[in-house]
Amino acid sequence: MNDRPTAEELLRAVERFLEREVVPRLDGVPKFHARVAANVVAMVAREIETADAHEHGEWLRLGELLGSDEPCPEGREARRDALVERNRALVARIRAGDADAGTFRAELLAHLRRTVAEKLDVAKPPRER
Amino acid sequence: MTEPAPQTPEAMAERLAGWLAGQLGSDPARVRVHGLRRLAGGASRETWAFDLEVAGGFEGAERRTLVLRRDPPGRAGEGDRGLEFRVVRAAHAAGVPVPRAHFACSDLGVLGTPFYVMDFVPGEALPRRLLRDERYAGAREKMTGQLAAIAARIHRVPTGGPELRGLAAPPPGVSPAEAELERVAQGVRAMAAEPHPALDLAERWLRARLPKRAQVTLVHGDFRVGNVLFDEGGARAMLDWELCKLGDPVEDLGWLCTRAWRFGNDERPAGGIGSREELLAGYKSAGGDSVDPAHLRFWEAMGSYKVALVFIQQSWVYLTGKVPSLELASLGRRTAEAEEELLRLMEESA
Repeated sequence: MNDRPTAEELLRAVERFLEREVVPRLDGVPKFHARVAANVVAMVAREIETADAHEHGEWLRLGELLGSDEPCPEGREARRDALVERNRALVARIRAGDADAGTFRAELLAHLRRTVAEKLDVAKPPRER
Repeated sequence: MTEPAPQTPEAMAERLAGWLAGQLGSDPARVRVHGLRRLAGGASRETWAFDLEVAGGFEGAERRTLVLRRDPPGRAGEGDRGLEFRVVRAAHAAGVPVPRAHFACSDLGVLGTPFYVMDFVPGEALPRRLLRDERYAGAREKMTGQLAAIAARIHRVPTGGPELRGLAAPPPGVSPAEAELERVAQGVRAMAAEPHPALDLAERWLRARLPKRAQVTLVHGDFRVGNVLFDEGGARAMLDWELCKLGDPVEDLGWLCTRAWRFGNDERPAGGIGSREELLAGYKSAGGDSVDPAHLRFWEAMGSYKVALVFIQQSWVYLTGKVPSLELASLGRRTAEAEEELLRLMEESA
């Protein structure tokens, strides 16, 4: 285990440095890029905080839609690969027309709404939501 | 190319002055380029301003401010700048408010990438200022009608002449909407780093709603508030013609209404400043065709599908190592904004 500050706390420190020390001292294109950098660092911090819950939730919802109760793999990369795999299977169902109407469509829309809202929670700071 | 492209603004200015002297048929000693400076904005195209000084005068002025548009170094030839130049001139001749374009250069030996030179039109281009500043309250009142009239003019620019040959057009027998849907779907498939079920669902939904009617006119291709130069009196000039093509004129109106370009003013769907009804009424009263609201809604939804592709494409440019830009890298995560809007539109229509 690493000592504190945690990864999130360190990223928040970088964000604060960029926003308070760097952005005010720059102009034009570099100022804009410094602001983008601060936003990206904050985004990564939000992702670290939420990734486990978001990805497990997405895994379970995809399992319900696809009729599979396989457990979610351990480890970041394995979990991401498995999620990509399940999403590919879902895309195949959509392309086959299974989601053109009916309950599957309604369930799928609810799942996608949730998944996309969680992506936005990470991508955008609360003041821009 | 005889010499490597100049890198510093000073070296660029010198090359530019020499080339402009040739275009003006002037002695190079009598032509000077001052204050060449990069203007903000434009991830895919560079815009520069400079002051041209011609001893003896150019169109009666010793000194005038001009604008140069070029592909960023290393990305030459992604679009036909010469064609863009001719379209801007044709639009100007047809009464569309655009900066007058003077010279185009396809010789990579001058600045390293193709460019063209046009008049500098003073004004503001930041949509957030238009949407928020008290100063532009009057402009906001007028601009929906003005933009509708500009669109109507663009869509009447004659396209049959030889100077506009080569404009992108839908393949024979394919409607503009179908061609555009196909283009975006292929782009998403080729460039998305991971599956996007929301976009697959949207593609099927759009395919089921393709407009039947298929008129083909000149289309600006990036008709949104961010590409309009404005002042307190409203719209002054339509900029950024690099995506112009032959297509369905309603595409321009739908793109203006696309959620990404409202900057949060969702209660005013037309560019964050007006209603869809105002836009269509203004378009018709300026000589445009009567547009079925469902037709507009189709292109508005297509707009969000295209926005998803733009974000995917920009992050793809970063992920494939083509341009190591932090800004491009960060845009991939904005794909979710377009997905959110498409899901909302699909649920609303159910």
